[in-house]
Formats: sequence, structure tokens, C-alpha cells
Amino acid sequence: MATYQSLDLRRRSATTEPPPSVRGTAVEVAKLIDVSKCIGCKACQVACLEWNNLKEEVGVNVGVYDNPHDLTEHTWTLMRYTEWVNPDGNLEWLIRKDGCMHCDDPGCLKACPSPGAIVQYQNGIVDFVSENCIGCGYCVKGCPFNIPRISNVDRKAYKCTLCSDRVAVGQAPACAKACPTQAIYFGSKEDMIEHAQGRIEDLKERGFANAGLYNPEGVGGTHVMYVLHHNDQPQLYAGLPNKPQIADTVALWKGIFKPLSLGGIALAGVIAFIHYITAGPNEVTEEDVEHAKALTGGRDVS
Amino acid sequence: MELDRRSFLKAGGGAALASSMAVLGFGEDQKALAQAVRPFKLARTTETRNTCPYCSVSCGILMYSLGDKSKNAKQEVIHIEGDPDHPVNRGTLCPKGAGLLDFVHSKTRTKYPLHRKPGSDKWERVSWDFALDRITKLMKEDRDKNFVATNPEGVTVNRWLTTGMLAASATTNETAFMTWKTVRSLGMVVFDNQARV
Amino acid sequence: MTNTWMDIKNSDVIVIMGGNAAEAHPCGFKWVTEAKAHNKAKLIVVDPRFTRSASVADYYCPIRPGTDIAFLGGVINYLLSNDLIQKEYVLNFTNAAYIVKPEFGFKDGLFTGYDEVKRDYDKSSWDYEIGEDGFAKVDMTLQDPRCVYQLMKQHYSRYTPELVERICGSPKEKFLKVAEYMASTSKPDKAMTSMYALGWTQHSKGAQNIRTMAMVQLLLGNIGVRGGGMNALRGHSNIQGLTDVGLMSHLMPGYLNMPTQKEPDLATYMSSRGFKPLRPGQTSYWQNYKKFFVSFQKSIFGKAATAENDWAYNYLPKLDVTYDILRAFDLMYNGKMNGYICQGFNPLMSFPNKAKNLQALAKLKWLVVMDPLQTETARFWENHGEFNDSKPEEIQTEVFELPTTSFAEDEGSLTNSSRWLQWHWPGQEPPYETKTDIDIMAEIFLRLKTMYVNEGGAFPDPILNLTWNYQTPHAPTPEELAKELNGRVLEDITDPADPTKIILAAGKQLDGFAQLTDDGKTACGCWIYSGCFTDAGNQMARRDTTDPGGTGLAPKWTWAWPANRRILYNRASADVAGKPWAPQKPLIQWNGSRWVGFDVPDYGPTIKPEQSVGPFIMQQEGVARLFARTGMREGPFPEHYEPMEAPIANLMSPAIKGNPVARMFKGDREALGSAEKFPIVATTYRLTEHFHYWSKHVLPNAVMQPEFFVEMSEQLAAEKGIKIGGWVKVSSNRGFVKAKAVVTKRLQPLKVDGKVQHVIGIPIHWGFTGAAKKGYGVNVLGPVVGDANSETPEFKAYLVDVEPTTPPVTEPAVASVSSSKKQQG
Repeated sequence: MATYQSLDLRRRSATTEPPPSVRGTAVEVAKLIDVSKCIGCKACQVACLEWNNLKEEVGVNVGVYDNPHDLTEHTWTLMRYTEWVNPDGNLEWLIRKDGCMHCDDPGCLKACPSPGAIVQYQNGIVDFVSENCIGCGYCVKGCPFNIPRISNVDRKAYKCTLCSDRVAVGQAPACAKACPTQAIYFGSKEDMIEHAQGRIEDLKERGFANAGLYNPEGVGGTHVMYVLHHNDQPQLYAGLPNKPQIADTVALWKGIFKPLSLGGIALAGVIAFIHYITAGPNEVTEEDVEHAKALTGGRDVS
Repeated sequence: MELDRRSFLKAGGGAALASSMAVLGFGEDQKALAQAVRPFKLARTTETRNTCPYCSVSCGILMYSLGDKSKNAKQEVIHIEGDPDHPVNRGTLCPKGAGLLDFVHSKTRTKYPLHRKPGSDKWERVSWDFALDRITKLMKEDRDKNFVATNPEGVTVNRWLTTGMLAASATTNETAFMTWKTVRSLGMVVFDNQARV
Repeated sequence: MTNTWMDIKNSDVIVIMGGNAAEAHPCGFKWVTEAKAHNKAKLIVVDPRFTRSASVADYYCPIRPGTDIAFLGGVINYLLSNDLIQKEYVLNFTNAAYIVKPEFGFKDGLFTGYDEVKRDYDKSSWDYEIGEDGFAKVDMTLQDPRCVYQLMKQHYSRYTPELVERICGSPKEKFLKVAEYMASTSKPDKAMTSMYALGWTQHSKGAQNIRTMAMVQLLLGNIGVRGGGMNALRGHSNIQGLTDVGLMSHLMPGYLNMPTQKEPDLATYMSSRGFKPLRPGQTSYWQNYKKFFVSFQKSIFGKAATAENDWAYNYLPKLDVTYDILRAFDLMYNGKMNGYICQGFNPLMSFPNKAKNLQALAKLKWLVVMDPLQTETARFWENHGEFNDSKPEEIQTEVFELPTTSFAEDEGSLTNSSRWLQWHWPGQEPPYETKTDIDIMAEIFLRLKTMYVNEGGAFPDPILNLTWNYQTPHAPTPEELAKELNGRVLEDITDPADPTKIILAAGKQLDGFAQLTDDGKTACGCWIYSGCFTDAGNQMARRDTTDPGGTGLAPKWTWAWPANRRILYNRASADVAGKPWAPQKPLIQWNGSRWVGFDVPDYGPTIKPEQSVGPFIMQQEGVARLFARTGMREGPFPEHYEPMEAPIANLMSPAIKGNPVARMFKGDREALGSAEKFPIVATTYRLTEHFHYWSKHVLPNAVMQPEFFVEMSEQLAAEKGIKIGGWVKVSSNRGFVKAKAVVTKRLQPLKVDGKVQHVIGIPIHWGFTGAAKKGYGVNVLGPVVGDANSETPEFKAYLVDVEPTTPPVTEPAVASVSSSKKQQG
């Protein structure tokens, strides 16, 4: 019987050998975030902190409800609030739960140079393996959604795991379990798509003609999907990318990586690489910021 | 060495180096998996059913404690989430309920009886016996001095007006009954709860 | 709540007005999303702010704070003038047909009987005409001009859509759209639910706000049916229970009343509590009052309560006035109190006029605070700069802070808003030196008792005779107390027909309140809770989730009062003949010999439909009151009055300022501000991320909303030069606070009587203890005036002004705990 708990690996960062694939019993999972049912209560945010034992800092109010003001190494999911006056002149308060989309074709994993620092399970979850992370920040560049954050303390990258530890024992992610209004729903990707269709019909009946499912093809579809009332304008929702794609640089990296022969390894090269990673700069260049802004629809990413 | 990440990526040498890294991780799939997944932290914890203390929806919660209730293991709640059996919340919780663990372990929980003397600018830690002896002495003094047995019209009223009490709003019904009994037997009438706010 | 949380899924129209369920009760709000998803329900939100409830609503209509009666009066007018009511229900299940005394009238905003000096009414004209048979006269044709229906129609004809718009600032077309949605449920098989909370109660006429909607619901036939009801979502987890068990100045457990000094003996006390039926054959269940009262006295005073001594009637203190907390702090402020005990409450921050509260506490000789968290009240004497500018050296109050257990270490039952008594269990040992509230109260009581035994003192009799049959006297168990609440048989009760036959044996736990007697043979701590802990065990600990018919009643999950009934007035779910109004959603029905269905009938189980017994069995009429002959201080029909601080005069009756019967203490009236100086309307509220002043002690919640802010429109911010995220000063005639500015489209200036009216919103959750950023207490601002019926402070509508300012200066707390444990005394 197919199961979504299976955490057999589908792929690992910077690794060429294919993982064992004979078993093939995994069902792909998905988290469906129905923005039209979301009340922006942040239960998901708190549940995430508690389940993952994350201690976020107490910040300040800067004039909005978004707290903290951006994703951090502790805040793996964040409610982003947008006030939008629709063409009828009525206010809509669009509240989107931001966090890792668990792309089927994950840009972070492809960009990651450290073997096994990013893995993708057969069920579709993309997970960071902190022990292998070298803090280079490539995953940040590789991510079309601007999700991973590097810790200032341990220089490692962090993001939502889709609660792989819960999924592994047959439990839904902590955020999904907590959500009071079933705005977060968890199950097989197939079931989630079917459920979304029902929700979209309901929204269309209520006057949202462009309601639809956000499951962008540019990243091979995602294992976190949104039901949007205005699927024709994803960028309305705090800059959700209209057509996310893996950055060209990452694609290039992937292209030249593949044909390389494993025979030509130079130990000195490895040492140099490690030196660069540990001692080298980790700043984001202006060019990077511009690039990221373009990907995130203009939202500040610095 | 000021090496821009992008140019590094583009450099074929960099790619070679990186793939040398790949070799180090080669064939260690099972180990990688073991590293990737955090162990499920609730395995073998003790589950206790409780109710969220905040609002009047009174969601069912499950508290997960360390220890199996055996004599030599100290029980301590390490995680709280919604009770899926509860007909109202069905396992869900709001941001307040979802954060209950940090209520239980809040840094600003009261821990010991504290006493502040008149005019003092600090608390002093005292024993329960000291606190309860002193409080009840103050109560009795005030009651005996100011108890009103009859009103000016001579009607028996048996009331005590100079000491009052505010009952809670999140204590149990059993606490409420205990409080009602004791407070009213003293004749206290300045007695209210939080229903008004 | 009349209904259950899950039952909301059966609603066709959900109106959130006077509340904000998505933010304040998110997990209950789930059933709104279920109704929308599975019952095609429409969610309507009427609120001064575009809340998170509004963000998922099908229709939103703004309203000026404090004008709900005008809005809903307009709805009543709409329903009556368009004849969009559930006629058969109104005719048979309400007092629409009852004839009112000819003396009753209404003029210039006042009903007959008003006394301006007393600020109160002589209510004798507010009653029915009584016929020669001793019963109220009725006209089932509804044509008599003195019948309730006609009087009501006349009263609300003044509430036109145009006037609603001028008073409420709700655009006429939006108001009419809301009225249309509501009216759609006048069809017998459609139901609307009303979900409200403090948004309706925290007004000088809060009870009347609620009553107006109750009238709308009765006109639409939405009470007692699945998916309908008046659903008070309530506040704290056990505020329902604390009220049920009578922890209020004027109450005894089970909504019995504390005697007053006008009732010197039991006979006088009972003389106004006969509850004689006002129509033939009505149940009028309060006729059993004496059984509840005597059984209660037997419960707490045992053998000391006898028929000869009026069941120890003298042991109960007699009230002269109601000592609600507003009065308590006024007494304190005037130096008339010496001691005060706060059992888990934070009045310094919770009640209006913080400055007055602070001075009041400083005049006490001693203060005891029992709480699991470090409250501001316990630390009122500490200096926290602008946030609490106390001078400890000048404050002579002796203060104790007693650490109590939290929910996680506590056992017992809480009563939720659906009246379910739910038992819970501890998950860890009490940490540090914390004690349960039960143990603390027991220890206080036993110490006092010992002193009274040894030393004597003022009237020791009730103390010495208080029932105390606990196995461990200083630590009664929750089970022991729960069994007392349930009640038991004290002496064998025999069959009246055959005295040798024992029906109920002494020692038996009662099965329910129907077994109570007024001859001292039963004891019961709280009659409405009878049935919660029977010989079959602790019913509150039941965890059977079955839900026959998918009704959303879950009848075997824990236990609901009264008598495990899940929907109140459920007889009204069926028509006069006993057939369900909504055949697709039956609740109970007459099967030819008895009432059967999904719920415990709120009715005699074998009363035949043709007996014409009304479904509202607690009422002397047996029907619901569109015209309230008793109970409401303002009048039998709710009337629009402005808040005590209002930006405009009362457009309906310009001479009336505020609620004409609201109580105000000396000094508090003088502290009211004028619209000239304070032109902006302020309303206060809770955020979903926080709970009162507790959750700021909880790190993740402090992270979610770290700092005190106020919300205002872009237009107001532009007018005042206020920047988003900048500091603002909000002033009322009583003081000021400083907060961050959240500038938002969710607040819009309203057009009130043709003029632009700004409204700002102020969430309440910050203070000077806990994990969140320190902040001002919002209660610096509010006026000290309570609802005329319940004395709930008017926090939802008052006047302020706002201006940009500089950040507050905060000194570090000077107080600290001395490091070594010091034994005193």
C-alpha cells in the first residue's frame, strides 16, 4: 500500500549517484493553503515555533500585522498581510502564509554545492540537513520564492521541513494540524488537488471568477499549493511570484555539473573550497538583491 | 579572496571542486536519511488530556510529558497540541492555544509566595505558612472590627463590606464552589468575577 | 450560547456583529467556515473595523461604535414593514399577541415611569393587561392596537434606513443588504445564527444590544432551531462556569439571587419568587425556586440549615446594593475598604480609569493576589516609568503574591460557552512552590475557622457550620467538590402513595434537578449542574464522540447543563403540532406519545402539542418576550441611546444624553469628555494573537504581536501627520497613552449625520510585566460607566483625540526579589 510517510530519498544536493528507487511506494504529499479560508490568526506560525523548538526574538511593531517582519532562521513560516481595494471598490484583506513551497524541481537543492545538505524525499518534501550545510547561501539564490535564511549564529541555512519528522510517523505538519479553519490541509498531492477544485468552485459561486490553484509549473509544481481567489494575479498576495522559475545561474550549474568525471578530484581543491566556504564572504551582492527582488515581485528581501 | 558567488558558480573549476564534495557523500543514502529527519519527539511521552485555559471555546488539548509516571521520573510537559477527539476544535488550536507550552514554562510565572511590606520597593520571599497566617490574621481583624450584623433599620444583614474578593475566570467549577462557600460564609458581599470584562 | 459551536455548521446565514469570532474564538469560528463550505452559508460581518472575521465574510458593513440598537431597530422595522417574519412562530411562541396595559407609553426617548432624579423607572406600567381569569389578555389576530406586535411595529417605525445611515454611518444600501440577508431566514426551514461577545456587552446599554438581536431572531423564528440561536461566545474559559456557580455580587449558584435587606426572612424572599404562570397551563419552571434554594442551603450548611431557622437564611449576607467591581474600586478609592483578594484577575489593567484603580489599590491596607503569572495588579506599587509611575515609598499597602498552579497542573471542570462541563487532568506536578486555588482557599478558611473556634469573633455561626466533609480537610479533591455541586439525597425519599416504598435512598447522588425537594431531604450545590456527577460516575469526564445524525450535538461528550441539553428552547424547533419547521434538520418532534429526537427535550417529555404549553418553559408566559415586562432597566423595547461619550446628539431624542438609567459615580461623570475637545471615536478590542494580559507572558505570542499599537485610517493619519509605525499619543478626558501607529485601509472614516467621523481602534494587551514590549494600559482612557443592567464597562465607544508624539520613557523596574529566602513574623 502506498504511503506518504516514506522518507526514501529521491535526490540529494551535489550528489550524482541515484538513490535506491526500487521500492517506489511513496505517495507525493502536499500542503494546500486555502487563502480564501485563512483568517490570518498565526496559529500556524506559533505551532511551527513550538514543534520545531524555535525561539524567535520579540520584535517591535512597525505599523503592520506582519510579525516578525520577514522569515528568519527561526521563523520558517510567516503570515503576510495585504490590503487591496478590488475594482468594485471593496476592501479585500489578502493574507498569505509564506514559507517553503517544497518545489518538485527544487532550485535550492540544485544550487547547493554541499553533498547531502539538501535532500528531497520521494514524497516530495525538500529538507535541509543542517549537519551538511556549509552556510554558503546558494540555496537562497537558488530559491525562486526567497525562502531559506542563514543563521547569524551557526551560519547554516534554515527553512520549513514540512515537518518531515511528523510526516514520517503519519502525522500532518504542525501548522496544518493547528489551523483552526482548515485553511491548511494536508494529504496526498492528488487529494489536495481534488479538494482544491471543490474550493475553487465554491469561490467562483461566490463571485471570485478567477479563483484557482497555484501550483506553478516553472518549478515542476509544488508540494505546498495555494487556493487563491485571484489566481490571475498571484503577485497581489504579498508578491507571490507570477511565474516562478529556477534562476539561470542554477540551471547552468546543474548543466556543467552533470558531465563531470568523478575521476578528476583534487584533494587540494577540496581544501580550497572548504577554505572559501568557511572564511569567504557571505554577503549578498547588490546584483543578487536585484535578482531576488525580480523573483519576488519587488518585495524587499534584504 | 573576494570571490563573487556567481562567478564562482560559473567557473568550471568550482564545479569540479564541488563535485568532489559530492563524492564524499557518495553512497551514503541511509546515513543521509538518518541525518535529515529529526526523531519524532513525542515517542513514549505521556499523554494527558486537558482544556485550553484561555477562551470559552475550551478546546481540548493533549499535553505530552516526559516520564512514564514511574516514581523516579519527574513529569514535565514538553509539548502541547490540539486533541483530535474534541468535537469543537478537532485537533486545531489558535495562536494562543498553540503557544500554551510557553505559558506553562513562562519566565514570569509566579513561583514562591512573595511579600511586599508597606512603603517597600521590593518583594521578599516568604513561606506559605507565613503568608497564610498573616493574611488570615488581617482578614479576621478586619472582619471582627467591621462586620455589620444589622443595618440602621435593625434588619439582620450579616455582611462584611471592608474586605472584598475578585474571583477568577479560568479556575475550575470546583474551585469556584470552594471559593463561594468560604467567601460567603464570612459574609463577604464585595465579591465579583471577570464576567463583566 | 443557546446552541453548540458545531451546530453553527447548520446555519444558512451567520451574522457576526458585536464580536469578532475569527480573532477571538478561532477554533469555534471553524464551524462558520464549515457552514460556508458545506451548507452554502453566507457570512455577514457588521463592525466598525474590517476585522479578520470580515476578511473571510461574504458581506461587510461598517457601523459607528455604540449604535447597534439603531441598526438592529432598523432591521426590526424592515422585517415588520415588509412582513418578512416567521408568522406562525411569532404568533405562538412569542408574546406578540399579548395586550399591554393602557398606562404604558413612550415619548421623547423615555418610557412611562421615568424618575430623573433616581435615574430609574417605576416599571409598573410595563406589564400585560390581566383578565378576570387572572391570566394575561391576548389577541391572536394581532390587530389590537395595544398588543405587543402593534406597539413594537409603532416603536420601530421610527428606525428608517435613512435614519440608520445618519446615526450609524452605515451606508443605506449596505444596511439594506444586511437586512435582506437576515430576512432570508424568516422561511421556516432557514436559520440564522448570531455570534456576539464583548462587542455588544461593553456598552452602557450592552444588554439591550443583545436583546435587540434576540428580538430579530424571534421574529425570524431562529431560536431553538438547529443553526440558529443567540450565541454569546463569552470570554474566559470558565467565565460561564464562574457565573453559573454564582461568583458575582448579587448571585448564588444556579442563578438564584442573593437576598437583599428588603427581604429580612425567607417568606419575604420567596414572596416575589412565586413565578405564577401568566397563561393557563404553562410550565413556568422557576416555580421550583424554593427547591433549588433549600437544597443549596442544605448543601453548604448541612444540619445547621433547618425548616425552623428558615434553612439558615440568616447565614447569608443581605445586600443593600450590588457590589460589582466598579463599585468595589470606587469604595476602595474612597477609603472604604481595607483588604482585597484577587484570585487570578488583573483589575489594575482590566477596569476603566487605570489612574483611579492605582490610587484605589494604594489606599488598601492589604492586597492578596493569587495567580500563576506575575500580574500588574500584584506589582501596582512598582515604578515602571511612564508605564506605571508609582512611588513605592508612598504606598502603604501590604501586598502578597501567592503562586498558583496553571491549567497544566490542575484538575477539574470548566464550562464552555456551549454550557459543556468538561473535565481535565494534570500533566505535571505543581512546579516550584505553587498551590492549587482549592488548597489556598481551604487553608485560608481552616485557619480562620480555627481562630473563630479558639478566639470567637463576629458572627462565627456560618463559618463554624460550613459543610466541610472532605477526607483531607486542607486539600479537598475536585471530585469531592464536583459531587457537592451535583447534589445528593440526605434522607430517604418515599413514594407519596406508599410511604414504605423508598424512591430515593439517602446517600444517593442525584440524577438531576428534577429530584430536588424543598423539605431539606436533598442537598445540591448548584441546581443547574445536577446530573454532572451521578452514581454512574463523572459525566463531565465522558469522551464519547458519537454524533447521531451528524447534528453537531455530540450528546455523550462530557455533559451540558441543564440536564445534558445541547440546544436550549429546542421545543421551538417544531411547529405548534410538533413537526419540525425544517424537515431536513429535525431536532426534536412529537411522535404521538412523546417528544423524541436528537436532543434532550427542553420541555415536559410527554406534554401533548394540543396542550398549548409554550416552548419557553422558564417564562411565566411560556413564550418569549418581544416586550420585556421585567428584567431590563431601560425599557421593554430597546431604544437607541448614544454612548455616554458621543460625537453627536441623539438624533432620535435630542434631549437624552447617553443611557438615561446608566449608573455613574461622583467624579466619574465629571470625567466625561466632550466632542469638541475629543472629536474621535475610540473602540478597544482583543487581537487573535493575544489573550487579555496573560499571553504577553508567553514568548511566541509576544513575538506575534510584540508591541502596543493603535489602528487608524489613512485619512486620519494624513490629517494629523501621523506616519505608519510612528509614535502617537491618544488622549481622552481621563489620561493618555502612547502607542505605535498602524495606518490601515481597514478603518475608514464614516459619514455620520452628514459629517466625517473618524474612528480609531485600540487593542488592549500590553502592560509592564511579561515577555512582550512594555506598554501603556489602555484602561487609562475609558470612562467609568457600566451597562445599566450588568455594569459592564463601556470600553467599546468613547471619545479621544490623537496626535504624533515621541517614544515613551521607560525606567527599568526598581523592584526585585531579595535573593535569600527570608522568614518573617
